[in-house]
Amino acid sequence: MILRLEDIIVQTLCRLLIPFIQLFGLYVIAHGHGSPGGGFQGGCILAAAFILILVAFDLAEAKKRLSEKMNNFYNSFGVFIYAWTGWMCLLLGGNYLDYGKLSQILPVDAVKARYFGVFSIEVGVGITVMAIMVSIFQDLITGGKHEEESE
Amino acid sequence: MIAEQFPALIIVFPLIIAFWINIVGWRWTRPCFYMSMLALSVSFISALGILNTVITTGTIHYRLGGWEPPWGIEYVVDHLNALILVIVSFVGLVVGVYSKRSIQKEISEAKIPQFYAIYTLLVMALLGMTVTGDAFNLYVLLEIASLAAYALIALGEDGAPLASFNYVIMGTIGACFYLLGVGYLYIATGSLNMADLSQLLPNLYHSKAVLAAYAFLMIGIAIKMAFFPLHVWLPDAYTHAPSAVSAFVAGTMTKVGAYVLIRVMFTIFRPYFSIELVPVTTVLGWTAIAAMIYGCVLAIAQRDLKRMLCYILIAEVGYIVLGISVANRMGFTGAILHILNDAFMMACLFLVTGAIMYKIGTRDITNFRHLHKKMPFTMAAFTITALSVVGIPPTCGFFSKWYLILGAIDAKQWAFAVALVISSLLSAIVFFKVIEKAYFKPTASAQAHNGGTHEEVAMDEVPMSMLIPIYIMVAGILTLGLFSGKIISTVIQFAVPASF
Amino acid sequence: MIEYIVAKYNYWIYILLMMIGFYAMIGKTNLVKKLLGMNVFQWAIILYYVSIASKKGGATIPIVMGAHGHYEPAQAAQYLNPLPHCLMLTAIVVGVSTTGVALALIIMIYRRYHTVEEDEILQIQETSITIK
Repeated sequence: MILRLEDIIVQTLCRLLIPFIQLFGLYVIAHGHGSPGGGFQGGCILAAAFILILVAFDLAEAKKRLSEKMNNFYNSFGVFIYAWTGWMCLLLGGNYLDYGKLSQILPVDAVKARYFGVFSIEVGVGITVMAIMVSIFQDLITGGKHEEESE
Repeated sequence: MIAEQFPALIIVFPLIIAFWINIVGWRWTRPCFYMSMLALSVSFISALGILNTVITTGTIHYRLGGWEPPWGIEYVVDHLNALILVIVSFVGLVVGVYSKRSIQKEISEAKIPQFYAIYTLLVMALLGMTVTGDAFNLYVLLEIASLAAYALIALGEDGAPLASFNYVIMGTIGACFYLLGVGYLYIATGSLNMADLSQLLPNLYHSKAVLAAYAFLMIGIAIKMAFFPLHVWLPDAYTHAPSAVSAFVAGTMTKVGAYVLIRVMFTIFRPYFSIELVPVTTVLGWTAIAAMIYGCVLAIAQRDLKRMLCYILIAEVGYIVLGISVANRMGFTGAILHILNDAFMMACLFLVTGAIMYKIGTRDITNFRHLHKKMPFTMAAFTITALSVVGIPPTCGFFSKWYLILGAIDAKQWAFAVALVISSLLSAIVFFKVIEKAYFKPTASAQAHNGGTHEEVAMDEVPMSMLIPIYIMVAGILTLGLFSGKIISTVIQFAVPASF
Repeated sequence: MIEYIVAKYNYWIYILLMMIGFYAMIGKTNLVKKLLGMNVFQWAIILYYVSIASKKGGATIPIVMGAHGHYEPAQAAQYLNPLPHCLMLTAIVVGVSTTGVALALIIMIYRRYHTVEEDEILQIQETSITIK
């Protein structure tokens, strides 16, 4: 059902561009707390890279690079990073998501520990958003029949 | 130490478990049910712990992230909150236990892990809506609950995706209106914390922006709560959904919506605003009468048992809003008691409907002959719950209607009291229709008309894992009725706003 | 009167957008057009929130220029309010998720009824109705 687009210009350009798009996505995630950016925006850009493979090539090509099983795993992995950061703060004596308490395990003072706490939850959000965006796109274009498409 | 962290635990634990179900469900289907029940049990125990703490020490303030309010998000639990937390987690747990068998028959095997993941998220989001003290956080959790409900309802029978799509459109309008209302409040005051807003708003009661905010908030919450003219999405959505899903959302989503209405009307805006400055309680009262009469009359006209119960649910929401609108101590007590009772009654009725559907495959009332011989325990549960909806002592429905009628008489609104009595009589007609079909034999002339066979029907009850939750709910209805006085004196008395 | 309209032109634009989206949601019978109307409605609200973040006196975006390594307090009056922007990030995510769910529902409806016009679907439902 998904026809492979056999256009050499589009395919070559996409092959060249996709690593830079992914690098830009990681940059946006990392700079979220200090300048425009953050978890959701960076995650969308990372997802856009995978969707570009899907558009330029084929569903099978995209699945070779990010299989459905790993997608499902990343889905939940990002949420676990977020929840685990909050849980560490709970175990170290503060309220939930009280990043200041992370200074007890990281070698920085309480203010810098909040900085790192926010950064780690942004990473978690970015991974989850990327996985969800790719999975929404794949589900909609195959009409939900993933398993039959990848035969 | 752990008792202090209950407000965070009640939400975080189901959230993490839901995503673990997502991963585990890829390989094995069987553990998903047990993980979901584990998460809901932990939530229920936390809710009981929170209720205990609130009764002994007073309101809990939990600062998420350690930030002081109003800069940070704060979870505030007082008596009203704590009661609804216990209700939602209890109904979620009991319906979850019931769903093990009924879901296996209703949705395909491959979707069962995702069902339990989304169900856990739905319970988590409703608990979060109840416990939060920040207006924007409530919007986020409201949308999580709505999205989970859209997905779960769409898993049902034939007309379910279209019904769920209508629910998507109307529910999004409601949530967007709520967001607009919060936006106007933010423009006017600069704060999003509920307690802070109630301090900053009294100086601004004359401004048009705050009035517009109030209007948007009311309409948005009324859509979510299925209050009379804005209830149109409810009958289709709850009829076509799977039985366990209908039972849970019917018991809880409308009640949490009523709780949000109480918060907006009496905590964010002071009672002085809602009763005297903007006479919205009068409008709510007359619309609630329309809701009650409309719900009961249309329920009489239905042949499908589940659709009939959906219209009764619309009438029940009318009762709760009537209790809020009379704005005195008796009426408000009746409203909160009715939130508690109605959750149990509606959940039990929908569970019974699911059991009937599981065994005989149809919900058409005309096919209910000999049901009292085939499923005696289920029909006994249905009868006791029907008596409670009508309002017969010692079941719990009598006590909440008693307080509502006393409240209406106290406020000298005779029309409200008369409407309450009329709708109770109408609901008696509705339920007696079903009881007659199930319990009484047709007369000799009708039997001769049908062919005159007298068949013996063997007892064929639903499995124990479905019957026990139904009976836990029935026991709850009777216990709540007998202990109404104690519940009112320990919890509900302090949940009523102080100026009543 | 005229300055009442011109000074608050952002509110008028967003009210117009909201009403267009609202009309599409209730007036059109095609399910996909309803969904598009819902999207326009939500985006109008998001843009409205973002527009209230600006301040009089030429407030600029909340990035401190050339401040890497220097730590001094920023003057809040020069930068616009970042809180509505952050709140709207959440609202955008909610909008995307609702659109995803609604599109999946439309695919399910299409597979069952082979049309996405609401009146045709209701006709098919009426002819095949069975009380369960």
